[in-house]
Amino acid sequence: MNTLRRRRFVNVVAFCASIVATLIGLTMLALILWTLISRGLAGMSPTLFTQMTPAPDSNGGLLNAIYGSLVMTFLGIAIGTPIGMLAGTYLAEYGRRTALATVVRFINDVLLSAPSIIIGLFVYTVMVVRMGHFSAISGAVALAIIAMPVMVRTTEDMLNLVPKSMRDAAAGLGAQPWRTITQVVYPAARSGLLTGLLLAIARVSGETAPLLFTALNNQFWSTNLDKPMANLPVVIFQFAMSPYHGWQHLAWAGALLITAFVLLLSILARSIATLFGQHANPGE
Amino acid sequence: MISQSLHIHLRREARAEVGFRTATLVSALLVLALLAGVIVSLVYGSWPALKQFKFAFVTTEKWNPVTDIYGAAGPLYGTVITSIIALLIAVPLSFGISVFLTEICPRWLRGPISTAIELLASVPSIVYGIWGLFVLAPVLQHSVQPWLIEHVGPLPGIGKFFQGPPFGIGLLTAGVVLAIMVLPFISSVMREVFRMAPHSLKEAAYGVGATQWNVVWDVVLPWSRAGVIGGIMLGLGRALGETMAVTFVVGNAHRISTSLLAPATTISAVIASEFTEAVGDLYTSALVALGLLLFVLTFVVIACARLLLMRLESGSVRRA
Repeated sequence: MNTLRRRRFVNVVAFCASIVATLIGLTMLALILWTLISRGLAGMSPTLFTQMTPAPDSNGGLLNAIYGSLVMTFLGIAIGTPIGMLAGTYLAEYGRRTALATVVRFINDVLLSAPSIIIGLFVYTVMVVRMGHFSAISGAVALAIIAMPVMVRTTEDMLNLVPKSMRDAAAGLGAQPWRTITQVVYPAARSGLLTGLLLAIARVSGETAPLLFTALNNQFWSTNLDKPMANLPVVIFQFAMSPYHGWQHLAWAGALLITAFVLLLSILARSIATLFGQHANPGE
Repeated sequence: MISQSLHIHLRREARAEVGFRTATLVSALLVLALLAGVIVSLVYGSWPALKQFKFAFVTTEKWNPVTDIYGAAGPLYGTVITSIIALLIAVPLSFGISVFLTEICPRWLRGPISTAIELLASVPSIVYGIWGLFVLAPVLQHSVQPWLIEHVGPLPGIGKFFQGPPFGIGLLTAGVVLAIMVLPFISSVMREVFRMAPHSLKEAAYGVGATQWNVVWDVVLPWSRAGVIGGIMLGLGRALGETMAVTFVVGNAHRISTSLLAPATTISAVIASEFTEAVGDLYTSALVALGLLLFVLTFVVIACARLLLMRLESGSVRRA
């Protein structure tokens, strides 16, 4: 009787503790979002999108940084996604259970969680040192390397969800595998692939470490891919660490901007995945 | 006539098949080439420093760009300690969250809550950095750390970890920020493996009079041990390599101090804050050598995690 009561007591205590743990997790998210909104909104103004990053103690915006982030994210995705999708296709369709596919899958999973600063160092040595200077294009390549494993993983997972019978049906009509894949399997996995793309964009657009020694930063407006280019994460890093209040305000505004963008993308990706009944597990 | 055009068409299809197949194979090989490239470039870049300092690089605490003497012991210590703090906080929390989501939570609340927790993983690390520096660090400095110094500091044994002035930034703060960052990764793996525990096992336990907690602790947890450890190691891999958030709050001081409240540094923070300003080949090389050290460390941890999780994934998660 006594042990039964004790076990019930432990049961209640443990479950209360787990509720508290969940509340702590949720509170952290709420706290971070609240800080971002309350401090970031103050810096939100039309000039944020129309003016360049200012010198200390003068007014300005983040236009060049926003532009730079958009350009480099776009380029990074444009380079990384097709390669990732093809590699994922190999794993799901051609390689399957071969030794090569197993190794690639494993290495890709490792790359998925590899520290992004290492990727920055890598691109620095193979591109920046060779070219002799920092450049937007090397920043884009670093982002591509980070986007690629995300796309490999989701592509493989999503293609695996397409029923084999659809492939058999296409093969029965005499289609070559590549035709089956591009005209039957890809369309069937469309929403899943879109989810992967959105997650890759979300993953890449907040990255700072790999841009530090590739794209560096630029105080001025630049569209030259061969030159250093401003980008939101590095500007936020620099401005937040500075003693100038004006810069810190801009950093908070930029942080709010980036976080809102990334969170909206993640939520969108999730709802697409659930809407179409597919299950994505990025980053696990 | 018809057969000839069909013949041409079929040949074209077959050629396209070879092309497409080759393209996918090359892309897959590119993944391997990428890893090989990373390793080669890191080893190549760190060669001068490793040749100069040999194994002492890992054991020396000195980091002096003026006299060109570099040792990784300080950053390595910081990396390991912050990650341990992160796990000490994040693992129990993740366990609680996973138990809540799999056992207690009403079905309709599961989706929103797990999404919210997973959103913590999408918040960019730079945001954790500025939040840690401007919000968390002052709170810790003014309330938590003075309390720790006053009440835990005098204790024998663990007391020495909580002495000295409350700086706000330092190992403890970095550990706390890292804990919040790795929480979603660990908890989502835990939740996934808890959910995979066979119903028959759980029902058998209920049948002999187990409470819900007994089932979680004595049946589900042992059953999913490999996955849970895999998830924790995955979180550890993240914590070891996390850069921006740590750079903001760790204090960037190259020294080993017993107190967790003191400013310190981590491998990734040193690289992030010194690499663009490094002058001299040996300095740069020493920083790349730090990168190599970090890479080896995270590679081993992540590889172990993936091996542990792979077994489960080939079961039901991956090919569900």
